[in-house]
Amino acid sequence: MIITEALVLSAMLFVIGTFGVLIRRNAIIMFLCIELQLNAVNLAFVAFSRVWGIDGQIFVFFVMTVAAAEAAVGLAIIISIFRHYETVNVDNFKLLRW
Amino acid sequence: MIQVLFYLFAGVAIGGALGVVMSKSPVGSLLFMVATLASIAATYVLLEAHFLAAIQVIVYAGAIMVLFLFVIMLLNLGHDYQKDLKGGLFALISFGVVGALAGVLAREVGAIGITETPAGGLAIDAALVEHGVVGAIAQPLYTTYVVPFEITGILLLVAIVGAVVLAKKGPV
Repeated sequence: MIITEALVLSAMLFVIGTFGVLIRRNAIIMFLCIELQLNAVNLAFVAFSRVWGIDGQIFVFFVMTVAAAEAAVGLAIIISIFRHYETVNVDNFKLLRW
Repeated sequence: MIQVLFYLFAGVAIGGALGVVMSKSPVGSLLFMVATLASIAATYVLLEAHFLAAIQVIVYAGAIMVLFLFVIMLLNLGHDYQKDLKGGLFALISFGVVGALAGVLAREVGAIGITETPAGGLAIDAALVEHGVVGAIAQPLYTTYVVPFEITGILLLVAIVGAVVLAKKGPV
């Protein structure tokens, strides 16, 4: 089977997602990169379910639900921030920065 | 055969992920993300997780990505290509950090060489034969994991209410 390969793919996707979160300043694209990281972890869960049983796939189900909830709330926050600042570039949000 | 298909879809997934990070416009990023999600769904099929592959296409590539697309269109971000890549030293530092992370992950995964076990792969295949594709997931989900499942319902309700309150105009 292709378990090791799937884990390597998962690691690469996670790293690319981390890199995207670090270098992009557009809030929506940072958010997309976080979704990419969640998907990489889901892939690792599915690969490990071939080793330790079907519980890994159940966890993927829960992760997807939490990701959907997080996307809805996060995009609502982005909309309300955009109403206030007229931009989604996170360099402009300085309220909580020291 | 499975190996060849896996490498094909892995290539599409990694190319799409790089497209997400590097694409200039948010809509372009989003379309690359849909390609990545679809090829991850294909790798789920190759790993015998058929139900999750269907859910991945329907919920992720269908619902969540369309939600993102709606927000991009609503905020009219489709055509202001302002430069938003962090340049210079910061990009270098993040590249170093991410490279170190990749090295650690690749070493950990590559050194062990994980293989399928009877407790995992064969049990899943037997459950697929006995209960069907949906039943294999549903059986533990509604017995062992029924409490987390119900809590998930509450979480979704809270998320809906929170999204409506946050995105609503006027005083909260």
